[in-house]
Amino acid sequence: MGKKLLLEHINVPGIETLEVYRQKGGYASVEKALKTMTPNDVVEEVKKSGLRGRGGAGFPTGMKWSFLFKPEGVERYLVCNADESEPGTFKDRFLMEHIPHSLIEGMITSSFALGAKTSYIYIRGEYFYVARILEKAIDEAYAAGLLGKNILGTDFSHDCYVQVGGGAYICGEETALLESLEGKRGNPRIKPPFPAIAGLYGCPTVVNNVETIATVCPIINMGGEEYAKIGIGRSTGTKLISASGHINKPGVYEIELGLPVEEFIYSEEYCGGIINGNKLKAVVAGGSSVPVLPAHLILKTEKGEPRLMSYESLSEGGFVSGSLIGSGGFIVYDETTSIVKNLYTFARFYHHESCGQCSPCREGTGWMEKILHRIVEGHGKPSDIDLLWDIQRKIEGNTICPLGDAAAWPVAAAIRHFRAEFEEYINHPEKIKDVKHYYSVNAISA
Amino acid sequence: MKVTIDGQTIEVPEGTTILQAARMIVDNKEYAGDNIAPPTMCYYSKLKTSGGYCRSCLVKVNKGSEKDPRPMPKLVASCRTTVMDGMEVMNTTSPEVIEVRKGVVEFLLINHPLDCPICDQAGECHLQDLSYEHGLAKTRYDFKRRTFNLIDIGPYIKLHMTRCIMCFRCIKVADQLTDNRHQGMLFRGDVSEISTYISKAIDNDFSGNMIDVCPVGALTDRTWRFKSRVWFTKPMDAHRNCTKCAGKAHVWFKGDDILRVTGRKNKWREVEDWICNECRFEKKYVTDWVIEGPTHIDRHSVISANHYENLTSLKLDIAKQQKKLNKK
Repeated sequence: MGKKLLLEHINVPGIETLEVYRQKGGYASVEKALKTMTPNDVVEEVKKSGLRGRGGAGFPTGMKWSFLFKPEGVERYLVCNADESEPGTFKDRFLMEHIPHSLIEGMITSSFALGAKTSYIYIRGEYFYVARILEKAIDEAYAAGLLGKNILGTDFSHDCYVQVGGGAYICGEETALLESLEGKRGNPRIKPPFPAIAGLYGCPTVVNNVETIATVCPIINMGGEEYAKIGIGRSTGTKLISASGHINKPGVYEIELGLPVEEFIYSEEYCGGIINGNKLKAVVAGGSSVPVLPAHLILKTEKGEPRLMSYESLSEGGFVSGSLIGSGGFIVYDETTSIVKNLYTFARFYHHESCGQCSPCREGTGWMEKILHRIVEGHGKPSDIDLLWDIQRKIEGNTICPLGDAAAWPVAAAIRHFRAEFEEYINHPEKIKDVKHYYSVNAISA
Repeated sequence: MKVTIDGQTIEVPEGTTILQAARMIVDNKEYAGDNIAPPTMCYYSKLKTSGGYCRSCLVKVNKGSEKDPRPMPKLVASCRTTVMDGMEVMNTTSPEVIEVRKGVVEFLLINHPLDCPICDQAGECHLQDLSYEHGLAKTRYDFKRRTFNLIDIGPYIKLHMTRCIMCFRCIKVADQLTDNRHQGMLFRGDVSEISTYISKAIDNDFSGNMIDVCPVGALTDRTWRFKSRVWFTKPMDAHRNCTKCAGKAHVWFKGDDILRVTGRKNKWREVEDWICNECRFEKKYVTDWVIEGPTHIDRHSVISANHYENLTSLKLDIAKQQKKLNKK
């Protein structure tokens, strides 16, 4: 049984209420931080813990906090990115829905560390009911004196607001989120300046993922060094993984980083193996935008070592034979899955969600979708595979925000690892005619 | 601050962008090829916060600064990246940049109608120049292109969204030169379009300037549409006493008639002084203007002297295509 920090009390009835949450040791980090620590101490603890951003990029949180520009007389803001829209990722929703107070607690402690008087939780439009839950939790916290003026009798005052977005994927990009929060169209800003210098309303701002902020509480409670002992290497602590796809037990799991991927997929404690006893075909390890890995590469690295659920191990081998842990959206495909059709679904998503500001992403995502549509409809041309490869190469890294990369990586990985399947689609369109969703490559070649 | 671009070093003040530094190098030296300056489709020095969208000015920074000599991991948009002391930038000397620029041109062209033969901008179109200089000779896009209906923005301006490359310059003009903000972007992704607030006409004395800043033929002058081709007209420097603007303009003659009036553009095809709508649309008689003399054109535009003949790459492309045809 792995260590649980965030989801320890998930099965306690009524944990969403303040009363039960406090009985289970909730808001201890707020008391500890506000009464016995200085803001700098909190930042130092987070630095010591080696906590890395749980939203996808894995940037060290303590370092991000210490970059915050702190001029005199200028407001600073903490913004929680709850715009969780990556296909395959639903960990933040789970946490906010069931233990909303862990996020509020983290917001207070983190804001204290950053000296932010106001913080915002930007939540996506589709999570409207979750926003209601959070608002209720915030009201409870205000009533208990955990938010508002002079929290717990100290000089620290803090206000926390929930803002519901319109439901655009792009608003999960931190600068687009800030634009949207300001009431404008959610277009990513051109960086520099980074939000740490000029973010919300031109003031220094830190944007963190829900899970990152919630994890600050156990770090303060147990101490940064203690937290750093959990996990492996530079991937410290625990991580929420939202497992979906062809597995027996899909759901949100809290794992200790460093758990072998094989154990995660096949053990009864976690995913419980592949559905119907089928063979594993491929895994998207961290939400739709990270490269897909075929079974032999996800279980073992190129060097033959077992692959672990950690930032380093999953990205070992670069994009040639590795992937990323991303936001923890673990999608498992069994042997019946068509990678090409799956890729088409992803490409359609990125085309739909491209904001239209910069040309490579605006035009390239649509082009890729059209080509993939042609291929899955059975009208593909032999040159299409190389064309797709070339398009993704010209999008990647040349856009304003990471959406371009996110659209390009799955295409690149699918072609890199499953080129034969694309060729099958293009050369034998008659065989795929009536297949609606799943089809087996083996059946075709037989 | 010292910055080196393609081996040419220049001293620039703090806060200069890479693009501005590159233009300074070209301006300082006697005409020795201006391809040090990256092409721009969306950046406009007179408009604040413009640039960064089209990605055609991407350059490689292979030395960040004197302090931190590491190269930047990605290509950067030269119009929005400020220089650091000792920075080394590669523009045309980097094969990576040239490759990416080809990609950008291709992306800009896939939804462009390529209706140059009937487009009023042809001959002075930035996109034509960009694709001649940096693009591929053939398209690989074989799907239907997006199309829109033509919209009249007020009595003088025609919006032809199909040709638009989304540079956002006109939005910035509407934002920064006119009193009210009526213009913006609708929808998203490759179906996004420039539009006015509920088809509202843009009624402002300086709205005509958005025609000048438009790099393609998406915004055209309704008093000039289909009157002539650019290369059949002769531009003259002229001025008049105007109460609203500086009154300095280019007037474009065909025979003895003035067919259109535009702002005076500099070497980088950017307007020097904004002109008002009265000068632009209503003063079309020779008696309205004091003619100073013929306009000196030194860069771009098919009317400048043999601009494209210097481009060896284009020649090579044509030679290759001819060879292919001969083989068939």
